[in-house]
Amino acid sequence: MSSANQLLLEAKNVTKYFGTITALENVNLKIHAGECLGVVGDNGAGKTTLMKVLSGLYKPSAGSLHFEGKEKVLESPRDSQNLGLEMVYQDLALAGNLPIGENIFLGREPTTNLGLLKFLDYKKIKELTEAHLGKLKINVKSADQKVEELSGGQRQAVAIARSTAFNAKVVIMDEPTAALAIKEVGKVLDLINGLKKTGVGVIVISHRMDDIFAVCDRVMALFQGTNFAESELSNTSRDEVIGWIMGKK
Amino acid sequence: MDSKDQDKDSLYLKFIPYFERYGILLLLVIMIIVMHFLQPDVFLSWRNVTNVFKQISWQSMLALGVFMVIVTAGIDLSVGSIMMLSLMILAIVAKAGAPWYIVVITPLIAGFLCGLFNGLGITLLRMPHPFIMTLGTLYIFRGTGNLISGGTPISGFTDEVRYLGHGRIDLTWLGLEKSQYLPVSLVLIAIVYIIFWIFMNKTRTGKWIYAIGGNPNAARASGINVNKILVIVYSLCGFLSGIGALILAGRTDSGYPNAGLQSELDAIAACIIGGASFFGGRGTVLGVFAGVMIMGILRNGLNLMDVSSFWQQVLIGSIIVLAVYVDVLRRDFGTRK
Repeated sequence: MSSANQLLLEAKNVTKYFGTITALENVNLKIHAGECLGVVGDNGAGKTTLMKVLSGLYKPSAGSLHFEGKEKVLESPRDSQNLGLEMVYQDLALAGNLPIGENIFLGREPTTNLGLLKFLDYKKIKELTEAHLGKLKINVKSADQKVEELSGGQRQAVAIARSTAFNAKVVIMDEPTAALAIKEVGKVLDLINGLKKTGVGVIVISHRMDDIFAVCDRVMALFQGTNFAESELSNTSRDEVIGWIMGKK
Repeated sequence: MDSKDQDKDSLYLKFIPYFERYGILLLLVIMIIVMHFLQPDVFLSWRNVTNVFKQISWQSMLALGVFMVIVTAGIDLSVGSIMMLSLMILAIVAKAGAPWYIVVITPLIAGFLCGLFNGLGITLLRMPHPFIMTLGTLYIFRGTGNLISGGTPISGFTDEVRYLGHGRIDLTWLGLEKSQYLPVSLVLIAIVYIIFWIFMNKTRTGKWIYAIGGNPNAARASGINVNKILVIVYSLCGFLSGIGALILAGRTDSGYPNAGLQSELDAIAACIIGGASFFGGRGTVLGVFAGVMIMGILRNGLNLMDVSSFWQQVLIGSIIVLAVYVDVLRRDFGTRK
């Protein structure tokens, strides 16, 4: 169990090129246990690229990632998942044709092995899903419901449930409320606050100042692929943060 | 809404998944009943029923392979050519005097390797769509089959080689007449379909095939090696086409240049009629079987009634459009926008 304020993840001087384009240049980021960091920035500022580097989808061109003090090289999303680093994508990355439970355990299904063949343990998937949804206080009709039948907020809840089903230490969320109806936003923010209490470090990328100021402890701004400004939330204001996004201090 | 309304509503909603799963079987049963009334003496006779199964035997293998590919939101246009090439290789190996167990295994290996070639091409060469790769190999494999055989038929196989396509299981010990035998190909269809039903529904790899079709990005983000699964799927599709070649060798006792010509379209049609979605992630093994049966029964029934084969084309085409329209309605109905 990680103690409060323990440094979980640190990115040092991360740089990422796509051909001749510099998406990130010497970006630094820290996240502690039980803390929520807001990452803001205009479109193209490098937020999503940074998150994809942290989740192992992109390899940084330069710089390093340190997890609980040790340097780690992430070859794939599987590597970051094994460290306890989970990502909730903006497009949610759920398979609509599969039920809730199978989405939560996708890629990490409990199985009974018979030689080379791995048979799914449907009973266990259902049990674990119901227990996990219960723990997060997420209400759905049934764990067998297909994800495409859910509302946007329910889908977001499933995506968050998915990210925390395997004792995640850091959860990275890309625009978690962007596609939601207003009354569903509150539920998702409650979920984030609940995660913080269990000692999870949460990184929220968002355009919505309301979200940042409702759940975050610290906020950092990216501008044109570089660290632009950073502050404890209590020491800043909405107007100042909006200024950072535009590149003004 | 009062509780009675709610009950009615939920009953209705509960009914949908069953309709989705078994609706196509209902259509099949209706067709059988209609055909029976139109041709009461012939249609359900032992001879005709076994005939239908013999006719659909090799198509059902191609359809099953194409089905798995369609579930990944891909397409395989080369299955007919894979079958033809595998058949030609079988014929050449047989004519060279190889023992039967070698002859029997060659089309399976050849089919598998052709599928592997498709899968590696799609993933390693990063083809924009499997349509393009398999359109290419549709020509490549058939051309190769003609090159190695000189474009002429090669006939005459031993009984062991012909067993799966031509063999009969005697049922006289059940008190039935000698003409009431069970075709080996029917037993083979049942075994292969059951194995692949288990594979698609019960194994982790099967689940991942559905997940890739539902949302490839979700699968990738979940740490699933999407390219590896795709290579497996196309290889299995080729392998099933190889089984098709072995069955066809038994049925026709010949390797011939036109084998399986345009049969890829029949295979795709059977999947679509059986409820597989072209967008991927949707469809069942049972549905494909029903799709193959519906096409087989339609052809058989219309032949029995002496209807022109041109009408068969029109009807099969109409059923494809109708089946997909039902799928469109169902999606409107079951999915939140």
